[in-house]
This record gives sequence, structure tokens and C-alpha cells, in this order.
Amino acid sequence: MKRSFPLVFAFIVGFLVLLAEFIPHRPFNDLISTLENWFMIISGFAILLGQISLIRVNSQIIAHKEENWQYHLAGMISFALMLIFGLLWGMREAPGLLGSGESFVNQMGMKPFDYLFTYAYMPLSATVFSLLAFFIASAAYRAFIIRGFESNLLMITAVIVIIGRTSIGSMLTGWLPESLRFWHIPNLADFIMEYPNTAAQRAIMISAGLGIVGSSLRIILGIERSYLGGDK
Amino acid sequence: MKQIWLVLFIIFFVYALSAQSLLLKDVPWDDGKALELHWQFPAVPDSIQLSMSDRMGNPIDLSIPLSQSGMQVVRDLDPGQEYQIQATISFGDQQTSLTASSKTKEQWFYMHKMAFLILLLLICLAIIYYITAARHGKDFFIRRISGLDSMEEAIGRATEKGKPILFVPGIGDLDDIQTIASLTILSHLAQRSAEYNTELIVPCRFSMVLSAAREVVKEAFMKAGRLDAYKPDNVFYLTDDQFGYVAGIDGIMLREQPAANFFLGSFYAESLILAETGFSTGAIQTAGTAQAHQLPFFVVSCDYTLIGEELFAASAYLSRDPQQLGSLKGHDFGKLMVILLIIAGVILEIAGMSNLKDFIAGALK
Repeated sequence: MKRSFPLVFAFIVGFLVLLAEFIPHRPFNDLISTLENWFMIISGFAILLGQISLIRVNSQIIAHKEENWQYHLAGMISFALMLIFGLLWGMREAPGLLGSGESFVNQMGMKPFDYLFTYAYMPLSATVFSLLAFFIASAAYRAFIIRGFESNLLMITAVIVIIGRTSIGSMLTGWLPESLRFWHIPNLADFIMEYPNTAAQRAIMISAGLGIVGSSLRIILGIERSYLGGDK
Repeated sequence: MKQIWLVLFIIFFVYALSAQSLLLKDVPWDDGKALELHWQFPAVPDSIQLSMSDRMGNPIDLSIPLSQSGMQVVRDLDPGQEYQIQATISFGDQQTSLTASSKTKEQWFYMHKMAFLILLLLICLAIIYYITAARHGKDFFIRRISGLDSMEEAIGRATEKGKPILFVPGIGDLDDIQTIASLTILSHLAQRSAEYNTELIVPCRFSMVLSAAREVVKEAFMKAGRLDAYKPDNVFYLTDDQFGYVAGIDGIMLREQPAANFFLGSFYAESLILAETGFSTGAIQTAGTAQAHQLPFFVVSCDYTLIGEELFAASAYLSRDPQQLGSLKGHDFGKLMVILLIIAGVILEIAGMSNLKDFIAGALK
């Protein structure tokens, strides 16, 4: 029963969603959005599971004073602060339990939750995102090391695209006559991005689409059961 | 002579009047929430005043451009309702009033999705055929996927070094098929790690993924007969925030120094940050996603990469179940069909016939 009910449920819902994709008549046309709303409601309840897991894992580390426990304490304090400020004074237009925190708004220009969000959370998030620039440089360096024919080709192509996307590209080959405009570096870069690159990406997307169809069918038919934890 | 001119003028006037029309009709093959408004006037009008309402008299906002003829779709209507429209058109000093009415109708099929349905049916039938053939004992050749074959190597290395394995199920929620595919791989990985007695760490971005991942890992440990080794706290929630999640995983990689990292599922801008941090720790890395834009980052920074379809084929490949392997042959049939359609489309387009393109494009509307 524990295993067969989810399988039957997956079959019925999967089949109905598939039908709803092709039937515009009620009740099928509203089915997908209704199921999405159900998912959102269940997700809302499941958030609590996440919070419990977060508190449990971190509090154990803090209680046993495991290695780097201070960072976990900082994380828990941040979590508690945002939760308390949000509950007491709300955020943006939404009021909290103690109103809208007018005195904070007069002093800081915004509510405590919004203040922390704007001046602590956003810069921290942007900092992690900005790491990408450095990682792209190190990854590109490794990718462009000439080891063989393929890596050589990759490097030449990448250099054309990089130069073609900057003003140097226009400057370098700007003198070419109209009959040789194709070899103008920005035009070459556009060609590479528009044709070989798009073709390769579409091939991956088509194969991924087929994989999704096959995977979904295996789940709907109950052949694929690993996501339930077991094969039989 | 004057009488002839008068008759000609009357005929022209009657023709001109008959040339103006206002037509409201149901949009075919839809969900009954739209009507088409067609208009045809003898000349470009100076002004048009429109008023549209339902049967109860509730007004509907509508305006059309000042043109001699045209068509406009009125959307967001209620299905099965009668709608009236009245237009007052001015040509200089003259004013003409026109009315039209129609009823929205819900249909039972999206006709423009016919091509999509045919293709889907063909692929599904092929997959079912190959599954049935496999059930009857037919053996299919499935090419080796090195990214999946490396799983044993990665677990072995982690076991030898006494270090944990890190599994990241992507940043998608449970409604993303890539996350489901990722969890199916997690099931196999968890079973092997239970057999080898190697610690498995699974940080999750969403609570729904957390509860599903815990269930999957627990069942896998149970299947391996090592339920006592299952640690629920090793499958944990980090944060819903994309870069907070990345920062958390980076911290785990640097502190715990896992011997093997698996990044399987849906990834976006964070893919390179994760993969490069993992690379810097010297871990053996396997990644897989269907996000075409993130694949180059994984290819550069990881030892093995599952590209697109391979992510979805992984569970079938790892299970070695003939039925599931048979379904992978259905994918190959789909690829063959797509290749043939592309070739046919190119030939027909060169020949100046766009019927096939229009038929397929209808499904993409």
C-alpha cells in the first residue's frame, strides 16, 4: 500500500496533466494551474520541515562545540534576527505584530527587516555572485590551454568571440572592404554564436527533451521507482 | 443622362454601405476565453467608438486602430458567454452604427498542438514497444556513459580516503524533472555508499526536496541492509536563497573536503562557483544537467559530465533493469525521428514548401 498508492497516484495525475496539455475544455484547462497551486500550498507547509532541519543541525553543532561552531551560531543569530524583525514590524507594506515600526522608519528610512535585507543580505548575495568573474577566468585559463586539436580549436573560437564582443574587434578589422565583411571579427563572432553555437545547444536541448519524455513515461508507468527509494 | 448618373451613384452608395461590416466570432480550437473581431469599412474612418459588453451588460475594455480593415482578438472573456459589440464609425460628418454579437465556445482539442501530439504518441509508442521487447528478453546495446561508470571509482576513492561524498541535487524544486532525475541517481549512490560504509552529505535548497531526498536515502540504506548507518542529519536543508545555498555548499566543500562531489540536477549561475570550488579541493567531480548554458562550465571544471539526456538516462543505466534499458532505445527512436524531420524540413524549405514547418511550428505557438 505504501508503495502502490504513490505509483497509482503518479499514474493518474501524470496522465491527467498530459491530457490537460491538449484539451482546452473545462475542467482540464484549469487542471495544471490547480495542481501548481496545490504544490505551492504543500511547499508552504514543507517550509517548516526545512526550518526544523536547519535549527536541529546547527543547534547540535553549537551545543557540542564542534569545529567552526561560531559560524553556525552566526547563522542562527542571523536567522533569528530576520524572523523576529519580520514578525514584529513586518516588511515593505505589510505590517507586523507591533505595527509598521514608524520610529525605525523615521530613523533608518525603512523597516528593520528591509534594512537588513538591503544592507546585509543583498551585498552578501552579490559578493558570492561576483566570485563568478574570478572563477570564469580560472576556468577559461584551464579550458584554453592548448593540449590537442580540439582545445586548439576551442581557444581560437573563444578568442574570436571574446575580441568580437569588444571594441578592439571592430577596430582590428574595420578596414576590410565590403566584399570581405564576413571576416570582420564582430561578424565572425556573431556567426559563431548564431549558427554553430545555436546548433549545438539545440541538439542538447532536443536530446534533453527526449530524455524528459522517456523519464516521465517511466515514472507514469511505474517502471522508474528509484525516486520512491526502491526498485521493487 | 442625369438619371443614369443618379442610378450609378445609388448603386455605388449601396455597394459602399454593404462593404462595411463588423463581425464577432469565436476563436477556433481554444479554451473559450477569446473572440475575434473583424472589421471592414469603405474607407479609413475618422473615429471609432466601441462598446462591448456581456449579456448582463458588464462593459469590456476594447479599442481598435483606425484602419479600413483588420482583425483583433479580444481575450480574457468567460467561456460559454454571449457578447455584444456596438461601433459608431465617423466618416467626416457622416456617422454609421454597426453591431455584432457572438458566443465564446470551449473546444475539446487544441488543434495547433496536433503535431506535438503525433510526435509525442510516436515516441511514447516506441518507448513502450522497446520496454515490452525488453520484457520478453530482447537484449539491447546501450553505449557506455563514462560519467556513470565513474560512480564506483568516486565512491571507492571516498572510501579509501575516509572522506565523505557530497551530492548536490541542483537548485530546482521537486516540480522540476531534473530534480526527480537527480533523486533517482541519489538512490543508487546512497545504496552504494551504504554498502561501502561511506558518509553521504546531501544539502538541499527546498524543503520538498529535503523530505524526498531523506526518504530516498533512507530507503536506499534500508535496501542495502544498513539502516543503522543512516544519518538523517546528513540530508539537510541549507537555504532557499540561490547564492546563500552556494556559499553554504562551498563552505562544506572547504571544511569537510569531500573526496567526491556530485552536482546533478538543475543549475544556473552558481554552477561554475560550485564546480571550481570543488576542483580547488581536489575532489573527483561528476556533474550533470539539462541546462545547455551551464554545461560548458561543468565540462571545464568536472572530471565527468552528464550532458542533457544522459542525466535522465542515468537511473535506467545504473539499475541495469532490462525494462528501463529498453526505454532508452525509445529515446534513440525519437532522435532518429527528429533527424529525419529536420532533413525533410530542410528539403521542403529549399523546394519552397513550408507546410511541414508550419505544421510543426503550430505546436510551438
